[in-house]
Amino acid sequence: MDFFKKIIFTSSGIITITILMVIISYILIKGLPFIDLEFLLSNPIDSGKSGGILPMIISSFYLVILTALIAIPIGVGSAIYMTQYCTSNIFIAIIRFCSQTLAAIPSIIYGLFGFAFLIMYLKLDWSLFTAALVLALMSIPTIFQVSEISINSVPKELIEASLGLGARKSQTIIYVILPSAISGIFTGIILALTRAISEAAAVMYVVGSTFTVPLSIFDSGRPLPLHLYILASEGISIDNAYATASVLIIIVLIITILSNYWINKYQNKIGGL
Amino acid sequence: MKTESLEVSDLKEKLIEKGLLSITLISVMMILLIIIFLLSEAVPAFNQFGMIEIFLNHQWIPDLNLFGIMPMFISSLLVSFLALVLAVPLSIATAIYIEELSSMKVKELFKPVIQTLSGIPSVVYGFFGLTVLVPFIRDYVGGDGFSILAASIVLAIMILPTIITLSQDAIRNVPFEYKQASLGLGASHFQTISKIIIPAALPGILTGIILGFGRAIGETLAVLMVVGNVAQIPSSVLDPVRTLTSNIALEMAYAMDIHYNMLFVNGVTLFAIIVVLMALTNYIQHKWGC
Repeated sequence: MDFFKKIIFTSSGIITITILMVIISYILIKGLPFIDLEFLLSNPIDSGKSGGILPMIISSFYLVILTALIAIPIGVGSAIYMTQYCTSNIFIAIIRFCSQTLAAIPSIIYGLFGFAFLIMYLKLDWSLFTAALVLALMSIPTIFQVSEISINSVPKELIEASLGLGARKSQTIIYVILPSAISGIFTGIILALTRAISEAAAVMYVVGSTFTVPLSIFDSGRPLPLHLYILASEGISIDNAYATASVLIIIVLIITILSNYWINKYQNKIGGL
Repeated sequence: MKTESLEVSDLKEKLIEKGLLSITLISVMMILLIIIFLLSEAVPAFNQFGMIEIFLNHQWIPDLNLFGIMPMFISSLLVSFLALVLAVPLSIATAIYIEELSSMKVKELFKPVIQTLSGIPSVVYGFFGLTVLVPFIRDYVGGDGFSILAASIVLAIMILPTIITLSQDAIRNVPFEYKQASLGLGASHFQTISKIIIPAALPGILTGIILGFGRAIGETLAVLMVVGNVAQIPSSVLDPVRTLTSNIALEMAYAMDIHYNMLFVNGVTLFAIIVVLMALTNYIQHKWGC
């Protein structure tokens, strides 16, 4: 009997991993043949029927950098305040509730809010900057929540030792707390930015979606996921859609591998001390 | 000399504290802003049509000023629920396999794979659904292919990593002593899994399931690509429907006046569902204390 149960659970594991791997490999097999340097480095022709995806790569790159610049200071800063300065439990409860809610809101609501508030109400232009504001809003709760947990798990003894030696609170934060919490904070940042780079629904009505290479952050652009969505749903070019999807998968793969490598290396270093 | 520099650095400390406080307040203000803005844009529609008309009318025909969101409401719940039915057994069994039955090596293999898969853009999953699932359903199951079934399968695949990861965490966090005690009393490994580990991990697993449901009901473009987008109350899983999220995405570009306001009613409804799910999560965690 136990033998059969073991088979059932084992095959569930195998089925899950197979389903997921099949999808990824299917897209890569269909898409990789179309990816070459020319595809990555040229402009789309005829609204994406042929040509490359250079403007989309640049748009996505701008977006993720801008989002990081806005979201990281706010997310990590609030986490530091909440764990090190704030003494009011009610305030902490309110902030936690707010960030929980923000994290749970579907991305299309961010899109709706971004379009109605930033574009229609504040009369901002369709641009990468406006899109980054929306994405930052989406990323802050994740960065905040993960940072809060990792700062809270810094051993109290370390902090007390630092304060006891006469270091000021800000010095303790910079030289003791942040270095020991950094791998957790980094995980949160990567998690949030991966979501930001994958997001299409939240930005589709604030980013403008032109085909040209954005020269500044105040130009409109078209990030990769949005390009994939438009190519596929309007049936413009299935081949190019496969290639774009493959590029997205490869980007996520690279981010995951690099961040895991970095976190392992850093943790080993801390452990070695 | 010392005192002066102390005063200056005291001031600096105060400034840092106040600066961090104001940063923290931004997140509170943002959430308030979003809620107030969504509500204020939705209010004109509530005033004109009234709750009953909006939630019980089963027709959404903007050109005729018919704005019942019931079809979208039902479809959203149905699609997400079916996604759970497909995803939950598989993900819990997979989590149990990884945590309880597999070797260390297999565990190490699963971790980065699942991490990568949860980072893949939902549009990619939607695209897979559009090019593979929809034709498959059209050819071998019936209907047009664009259907509740297609959307549920895409969503189920999308939420697998979420539910697996959270269930794994919950199973891993069951105190080792529980397991030892159970095995020590002569229970078999599988008796221990079903009688001790699963019940102890249940709150965490439930949290994962609710989170998965929230992701499913909030997903927009992946669903939009495969669900058919016909605003109707479905009579079978092969019917095309339109969800709350896809309705917003489809019509936001050109909606005017009261139609525009109605899309915010869509948004507020979605928001309300999410708040209910969150309350449920908090209740579970509070009740079982974890």
